Amino acid sequence: MYPEYMRESIRKVEATRPKRLELAKAGLSKVFKPMTEEERDEVLRKFHPDYTPDARREVRVGPNKGEKLTSKVVDLLEAHSRIDPKKFDLSAPDYETDILIIGGGGGGCMAALWAIQNGAKVIISQKLRLGDANSMMSQGGMQAAVNPHDSPVIHYLDIIGGGHFDNKPELVKTLTMNAPFIVKWLQQLGVMWDRDENGNLTTKAGGGTSRRRMLSARDYTGAEIMRNLRDEVRNHPDEIDVLEFNPAVELVLDDEGKAAGAILYNLETEEYYLVKAKATIITTGGFGRLHIKGFATTNHYGATADGLVLAYRAGAKLLYMDSVQYHPTGAVYPEQIAGFLITEKVRGLGGQPVNKHGELFVFPLEPRDVEAANFIRECTERDNGIKTPSGRVGVWLDSPIIDMLNGEGTIHNALPAMVRQFHRFGIDITKEPMLVYPTLHYQNGGIEINERAETSIPGLYVAGEASGGLHGRNRLMGNSVLDYNVFGKIAGINAAEYIKSVKIGKLTLQHVIDFERELKEVGIPKDVVSPMILPDYIPEGVKKKQLTTEWHGTLM
Amino acid sequence: MAKSSSRGTRTRKKKADEVPKEMVPVYIMGKRYFVPAASTIMGALEYAGYQIKRGAGCREGFCGACATVYRTPKSYKIQYGLACQTVVEPDMYLAQLPFFPALKKVYDIEKLKPSTEVLSAIYPEINRCVACNTCTKACPQELEVMDYIQAAIRGDIEKVAHLSFDCIMCGLCAARCPAEIVHYNVGILARRLYGKYLAKLGEYLPARLKEIEEGKFDEEMKEIMSLSREKLEKRYYERDLDFQIT
Ligand SMILES: Cc1cc2nc3c(=O)[nH]c(=O)nc-3n(C[C@H](O)[C@H](O)[C@H](O)COP(=O)(O)OP(=O)(O)OC[C@H]3O[C@@H](n4cnc5c(N)ncnc54)[C@H](O)[C@@H]3O)c2cc1C
Ligand code: FES
Repeated sequence: MYPEYMRESIRKVEATRPKRLELAKAGLSKVFKPMTEEERDEVLRKFHPDYTPDARREVRVGPNKGEKLTSKVVDLLEAHSRIDPKKFDLSAPDYETDILIIGGGGGGCMAALWAIQNGAKVIISQKLRLGDANSMMSQGGMQAAVNPHDSPVIHYLDIIGGGHFDNKPELVKTLTMNAPFIVKWLQQLGVMWDRDENGNLTTKAGGGTSRRRMLSARDYTGAEIMRNLRDEVRNHPDEIDVLEFNPAVELVLDDEGKAAGAILYNLETEEYYLVKAKATIITTGGFGRLHIKGFATTNHYGATADGLVLAYRAGAKLLYMDSVQYHPTGAVYPEQIAGFLITEKVRGLGGQPVNKHGELFVFPLEPRDVEAANFIRECTERDNGIKTPSGRVGVWLDSPIIDMLNGEGTIHNALPAMVRQFHRFGIDITKEPMLVYPTLHYQNGGIEINERAETSIPGLYVAGEASGGLHGRNRLMGNSVLDYNVFGKIAGINAAEYIKSVKIGKLTLQHVIDFERELKEVGIPKDVVSPMILPDYIPEGVKKKQLTTEWHGTLM
Repeated sequence: MAKSSSRGTRTRKKKADEVPKEMVPVYIMGKRYFVPAASTIMGALEYAGYQIKRGAGCREGFCGACATVYRTPKSYKIQYGLACQTVVEPDMYLAQLPFFPALKKVYDIEKLKPSTEVLSAIYPEINRCVACNTCTKACPQELEVMDYIQAAIRGDIEKVAHLSFDCIMCGLCAARCPAEIVHYNVGILARRLYGKYLAKLGEYLPARLKEIEEGKFDEEMKEIMSLSREKLEKRYYERDLDFQIT
């Protein structure tokens, strides 16, 4: 399936393979020298998209006013509500419950299961189907220091260093110390972890980790966990009510400023519902579909930063929303899968990035931002990338070497989703390398939480990718699946505890009214509404003629 | 506004013969549109002006939200695929198949036993399987669906778990089954039973949990958390990276 000019470059990759195989057998750091702190800083400053001049701009309203955040995020924060907060009738809730969970991905399901175990009743507001989420997509795996060669303390050090020492230490400690428990709990739910012949969990290397710590379930790790969680949620229909295709568009507070539920929007009937709850948990995931800096993304259709917008208007502070994670290995060829994720597990199994001459140019498992910046340098300044017919550029990720290193059949067994993905388009990754370039992958920051998953708003909890602090400015592979499990659980338990004594007062949208006033004061025009809810891929020409299908909401 | 072509459908300002080579005609819900030849079915719908609400999830072949049926003009065959993974063909007829919630039994996994009878007890309709293999043909993951249903009838949980492992629960098998079996829900039940009760468990994990419970790492954690940023950086950059990949 590769055109001839690409094949020519592939032959160079094949020519250097035996030598590279020797290096890999000698140990990971023999393959290519890892970067020093100074080298990392330099390549990041020069080549990481976050450091380009228009990547960030100052936000003029709200709790982070005056800070420079990712420009696309600021666009949504400085936007207007989908509803008219003065007109909305708050006197008659359509639903009442103990805990409202906004976002039915992994974090939302985990929170729901632990909340009901602690006696609460739950409603999940979900934008798509339950489980249509980034959680369904993770391939590589989940980190947990479960084997003797490793420990939660080493895990801690890897995370803090990978996050450039900006992580909130208490969050990292909570994450690493709870990891082995989560592994066990998920197993008891039914998750089929990969194991060795003794039944111990197999561990793989990941970017920025100093031990093999990545647990997996083939390369359907996320799907395996998510479908177990979803099945279990569906086993509790009396305690968990799931409202699919009903995203939340605004939080509701009470007159003391406590979280008290949300306004949902029925995507099909375009009706707005009021859900009154004693506590609210945001698990809306990330923001890949904002296509920051024009990058393709690995994220699911609903990853549009909605939770950030809701919480921000209600007064919650955001942390590290100036940093974006670009996954080094997004597919660039064939065109139909451009931007799709090539799991880091490919490198964890020994796959090597090489340039158009078949040469190594980077340590294969640097932290993601460093690895991505190196790829960009190779393709720009050094002009060692391979161009695709549609004008994209990338470097090779040599996968056939994996079988040579680990034995025939490894790729088929460990990476079936990858094999299938490329096979659908006529490429056999056991024989040919893949062409890759960084792709928009993960929201490093988010709504600031503490180790109890609490925010600055009483009764508002956040877990998973929507939260900020745990990963600093750069998350390492395998820690976000762990994140939504650990903090989803904590949010569920703490919210269930909190509702036992809380009294919700009069419901209000005053925070939205105030926010609108702030927007007006700084002169922000009324042309953008948020949350975005769904991205729009309709071509301009068609769009111009679609006069009634803008996502403005019916109360505007 | 576009002129009508000979077939009376919209061609977007260009007559059919002027359409660039890389554009192909497809029929969406019976109406003709020209879309880029490299589009997936999902891309074609959007190019034509559809804002998808249902029918798109991961957009990468992992969630099963986009199961779709299509037909090509010369064939009587109804074909299946994932809209996000299938490239359009000229004159393809497209329609979106909404995901319909099929029967899922409510059970308490803690109380189930991984016996040979359990799958049949919870989903007795599997025994209505007529071995027509339509489910297998419909599977966009190319799984041996009928084989795992047959294994389920025999009560071979392990086999069902492994054969169904790559299932993305798109529902196409169940949509096609003349015996009204919900294959994918049988699969998840078997996998949960396998993962929970049948998989061999090693000694390392329980040992680690015990160590944590006994506070083995508490001192070390406290120490590392008390380091100044400078010292922490030093320790990080000096840490041993020379582990074996395999
Ligand atoms: C392709 C891919 C591969 C990955 N691989 C790995 C990996 O190997 N290891 C790892 O650790 N991490 C990985 N990650 C990251 C990890 O999967 C996610 O960070 C994590 O699953 C996020 O979980 P979550 O529950 O916070 O969010 P999600 O799972 O994204 O769930 C959020 C849910 O909320 C819904 N939602 C959004 N807005 C609203 C709203 N307004 N109202 C209601 N619902 C809403 C969304 O549609 C979604 O269903 C990967 C991510 C992707 C995209
Ligand atoms: S949208 Fe998830 S499989 Fe196609």
